[in-house]
Amino acid sequence: MKTARVPVPLLIPAILGLIFLILPLAGLLVRTPWATLFDRLAEPGVVEALRLSLITSTLATVVCLVLGVPLAWMLARVTFPGRRLVRALITVPLVLPPVVGGIALLLALGRRGIVGQWLDSTFGITLPFTTAGVVIAEAFVALPFLVIAVEGALRGADSRFEEAAATLGSTRWTTFTHVTLPLVAPGIAAGAVLCWARALGEFGATITFAGNYPGITQTMPLAVYQTMESGDLEGAVVLSLILLVVSVAILAGLRDRWLTTP
Amino acid sequence: MRALRLAAVGLTALVALTACGDSSDKSDTGNSAGGSVTVFAAASLTESFTTIGKSFETANPGTTVTFNFAGSSALATQINEGAPADVFASASPKNMAAVTGAGSPTTFVKNQLVIAVAKGNPKGLAALADLTKPDLKVALCAEAVPCGAAAKTALEASAVKVTPVTLEQDVKAALSKVKLGEVDAALVYRTDAKASASDVDAIEFPESAKAINDYPIIVLKDAENPTGAQKFIDYVLSADGIKVLTEAGFQAP
Amino acid sequence: MSALLDAHLVASRGAFTLDIHLEIAPGETVALLGPNGAGKTTALRTLAGLTALTGGHLRLDGRDLTALPPEKRPIGVVFQDYLLFPHLSARDNVAFGPRRHGMDRRSAHAVADKWLDRVGLGSHGARKPRQLSGGQAQRVALARALAVDPQLLLLDEPLAALDARTRLETRGELRRHLADHPGATLLVTHDPLDALVLADRLVIVEQGRVVQEGDAATITARPRTDYVARLVGLNLYRGSGDGHTVVVADDFTLTSTDTVSGDAFVAFPPSAVALHLSEPSGSPRNTWPAVLTDIQHHGDNLRVRLDGPITVSADITPAAAAQLDLSPGRALWVAVKATETRAYPAV
Repeated sequence: MKTARVPVPLLIPAILGLIFLILPLAGLLVRTPWATLFDRLAEPGVVEALRLSLITSTLATVVCLVLGVPLAWMLARVTFPGRRLVRALITVPLVLPPVVGGIALLLALGRRGIVGQWLDSTFGITLPFTTAGVVIAEAFVALPFLVIAVEGALRGADSRFEEAAATLGSTRWTTFTHVTLPLVAPGIAAGAVLCWARALGEFGATITFAGNYPGITQTMPLAVYQTMESGDLEGAVVLSLILLVVSVAILAGLRDRWLTTP
Repeated sequence: MRALRLAAVGLTALVALTACGDSSDKSDTGNSAGGSVTVFAAASLTESFTTIGKSFETANPGTTVTFNFAGSSALATQINEGAPADVFASASPKNMAAVTGAGSPTTFVKNQLVIAVAKGNPKGLAALADLTKPDLKVALCAEAVPCGAAAKTALEASAVKVTPVTLEQDVKAALSKVKLGEVDAALVYRTDAKASASDVDAIEFPESAKAINDYPIIVLKDAENPTGAQKFIDYVLSADGIKVLTEAGFQAP
Repeated sequence: MSALLDAHLVASRGAFTLDIHLEIAPGETVALLGPNGAGKTTALRTLAGLTALTGGHLRLDGRDLTALPPEKRPIGVVFQDYLLFPHLSARDNVAFGPRRHGMDRRSAHAVADKWLDRVGLGSHGARKPRQLSGGQAQRVALARALAVDPQLLLLDEPLAALDARTRLETRGELRRHLADHPGATLLVTHDPLDALVLADRLVIVEQGRVVQEGDAATITARPRTDYVARLVGLNLYRGSGDGHTVVVADDFTLTSTDTVSGDAFVAFPPSAVALHLSEPSGSPRNTWPAVLTDIQHHGDNLRVRLDGPITVSADITPAAAAQLDLSPGRALWVAVKATETRAYPAV
């Protein structure tokens, strides 16, 4: 009944857009060797890569939340000189090819990097080729998604609630934790989901900055790429499908729990 | 500078690749002398093939050569998925064999592994066994790519057990980790180390003889310009071509 | 009685400048009344610390509040649309202030329950704001503002968001709570009825300035601006007085039983205006010819506007209107008894 009222100039591009998104997925499904799917899943390397992917992308999301929510708050609520510039800088990881992002991370946090050098000499910490390096690479690429989503949510939220809290004796910090955060919780959840999904699919920055070693830095996307590089296209398709199914299952589960609560 | 130049080459290749669809249409109308030859070549051939391509074009006026440089296995996948290529020059026979209906390729050069270290060899490495030193960070290529397969053969043949910190996806990536100082050493091809001689030193080791890499080249079955493709291969195998390749550090077969 | 609140509020924003003096005694409720854009809400925000003063001073119980942020001020605010925190229950909304003032959870909840009881919502503590009716939300907002024992209670259009019936009930209740509040209360409103019922004293603001202040009786009897006259439903004219007469227009004089001289106002209610088809004779001391321009319903009666030497509003019964065959453009005679007019000095 309702679809009859959808204007054709909206309906046709909408359907084409959907097909455009689904078609490559269909391509993957067509090439999937279903018979060997479960055997692949049982391979220790696959489980290891999947586990590493889930752990690192979750940790990266936590890092993004800890750093990104305050950053979004600053952008949305505090007027400071150069705010427009900061907002533009935040989108840099979005436009930067991830591989370049990985090189940039090496130049900053690598063993010879401007900060990495000092980390190495002072604390003996080197980040490249470690699981922490994977988390950093993923967080770097995923952070803008969280900041942009949360800043949008903050701008959409009525800041007069914060004023009301202030008149009740609430400091800015308590207002943030007790009023602002609960108010924008759905926006933060949406941002975190985007951020997590981006971190889960991260490839370029990870392989460049953190390298590729099974069990330590080889996440699913790296495993997929390596499988494909070895000429095993079928294997790559299977691994991609596993990553896809697991992430869609997790997102669907979260959606029911978080995003539908009023 | 180098990265810029590489990017420029890549860009030109891309543009040429896009354009080549048009020019092959034109060749059907018969108004071109030699037409265009599309060459898919292993990343390690980037410098020498670019040079060879230029002199080939000079020697054959009217013929243009466009290159697509990438990891051999990626190229093999692209070819199997229908990418328009006339010539395939692989860094290993394995990837060549992966191309369906590749026929019988010709080995045109061989390449050998060296240990690439930072300029001046600060860790004082001298032999393959030195790679097992504790606290030494080593990058290898992933086994799936030819330099990784060669490294594995060499290490196994000499019973040296190295624990790398990373398995890089191609030889250039492994080399760049040395250049950036993120690793202390990497097993790379002599040619790649030579091309980056300003940044890295190459340490030769005798065990590399156990893992010599053959580079096969072939005219592809679906080539749109088989004549031009054969001419290009002949030129690579000519004295002029081999000279460019040996100067880059390759060994003649 | 010395003032609890002693404020000179100056705040400039663009072309607009607010500049008003306010004094409120303990237990007193003052209504800040004025048209939209007069600066009422700005005044309230400066008192709350939500908008910075650009001049003047602000003292509460002898303490200078000018530089204090909102959270350090001993104030309570009821916002126009209440701004109850949607994620908290009614009880947690009320307990929010006491908690921020350092009270432990249990005591804060006890305080909240006490206040919810006082506003008649003792059984609604667990409800979320969206489960409350407009009137209930208003009461929770009041309880929340009072739960911090503010020295200064600020109410911004507290009844504006309610429908007419609820407003009537809530107004009566609010009056009771404001009477119990020992501190100073400032009520910002554009509704004269709210101001008259709830406040002890009215301060009228127009364009950022106080134009009149006083108790309800004085203001309703003696408006000093068109805005106030319209609010209280009076015809108001300014002119030059000489004994019982005031010249309010070129060669037009109104007569009153009051005595004034110099700059003066004359006011009379629309109900004091009588309309005739021909020039009346007898007791009315003020008569003039006029042309009817507008007719509107006003309660059970009709309110008509007439042009002439002065513009005047008159209230007449539908029966009289029918008898006079009223329609726009009709020429009539206007009569106002001198005893029904009030004349008073303008300065």
